Amino acid sequence: MIDKIVQSMREAVSDLRDGAAIMISGFGDAGMPGELVDAVIDHGAGDLTVISNNAGAGETGIAALIKAGRVRKVICSFPRQAASHHFDARYRAGEIELELVPQGNLAARIEAAGAGLGAIYTPTGYGTLLAEGKETREINGRHYVLEYPIHADFALIKARAGDRWGNLVYRKVARNFGPIMAMAAKCTIAQVSEIVPLGDLDPETIVTPGIFVQKIVRCTVPAQAA
Amino acid sequence: MQPLNRTEIAARVARDIPEGAYVNLGIGLPTKVADYLPHERDIFLQSENGLLGMGPAPAEEDVDWDLINAGKQPVTLLAGGAYFHHGDSFAMMRGGHIDICVLGAFQVSVKGDLANWHTGAPDAIPAVGGAMDLAIGAKQVFVMMDLLTKSGESKLVERCSYPLTGIGCVSRVYTDVAIFDVGPDGARVVEMVEGMTFARLQELTGVDLHAS
Repeated sequence: MIDKIVQSMREAVSDLRDGAAIMISGFGDAGMPGELVDAVIDHGAGDLTVISNNAGAGETGIAALIKAGRVRKVICSFPRQAASHHFDARYRAGEIELELVPQGNLAARIEAAGAGLGAIYTPTGYGTLLAEGKETREINGRHYVLEYPIHADFALIKARAGDRWGNLVYRKVARNFGPIMAMAAKCTIAQVSEIVPLGDLDPETIVTPGIFVQKIVRCTVPAQAA
Repeated sequence: MQPLNRTEIAARVARDIPEGAYVNLGIGLPTKVADYLPHERDIFLQSENGLLGMGPAPAEEDVDWDLINAGKQPVTLLAGGAYFHHGDSFAMMRGGHIDICVLGAFQVSVKGDLANWHTGAPDAIPAVGGAMDLAIGAKQVFVMMDLLTKSGESKLVERCSYPLTGIGCVSRVYTDVAIFDVGPDGARVVEMVEGMTFARLQELTGVDLHAS
């Protein structure tokens, strides 16, 4: 019997190792798997590459991971926020590497990894600083930049509900990067608010089919932040 | 001459958004355009973080932090609205499915180049978000901005000095004193506030303007 459910956040991240590349879903706090990120901090792995839309804000989540000195590199679209002081300080001190990626290219490169593509040509960023030194090509009169897939060892994502095969459904815009990150990592770990019996999720509405999910863990903290 | 204030610019932009348009409003000032869209028109607001059919801010007791806009403020979903993941959201934006996007800008060139993501200051921490995708992906890109900086320099320029967001992507610029069409043929004055003259605009911008 296949059962991808693990009993604790700690167990969910136990295979993590130093130097891993980790995707973390979320746009702001919506869809941010905060409890899994806390478990990564407790686990102790360092020298991590974090792939996420933002680089953390406040004192929790990715910001706390950065504060703890565990992050070597961030690949994201929008690191600068009102309360991104932990990232800002490490970045200014030269202690953290930043690869800044336009948000749609971030999504497309993650999708390319999940879909097994070798690279993509994207019009976004052509002629800008973020495409400097990159190969370009004109296709049917339009200019494109060659961008490579972003793979990860782990994806930490947040969903509303899942079953023991790893099928997932999300909640509102907390969906954001979850479904595409799930496809791009070797090991996808989903924290869910609710675990349901097989067959309870309507197959017509499953957003992430279980093939993309390796571990699922129920989060006992209430789903919605204040 | 009475320049338009920011809400008046937003209201003016809103007048040009037609029934049935799929629209993305950038963060900051462009978000205000939503307040002036005529209720009798069905206009579909898209937000990059995965919703279409975005409605106004909720009452305080109805705030749901799983339902926010690109500026991370709480919003609502209209009847008929939909959620989707980031891949689909940026396919909408990059793939030419958005009719109009409205963005702020540091500078716009007469050819429609846009600079709105980075001042280029060496100590600035760069952040780009979805600006570059929106700039090149929407069918029409409207910019709203004051014509002049606080120190009196024109933000409509021959060539952008700030780092570019996109090349030749802006179609129309709404400012506090005039509206311009920009593109391969240069900048053309479409509309001026009362009391503004073509000669004065020419003088303020210092670029080669065409009369409408």
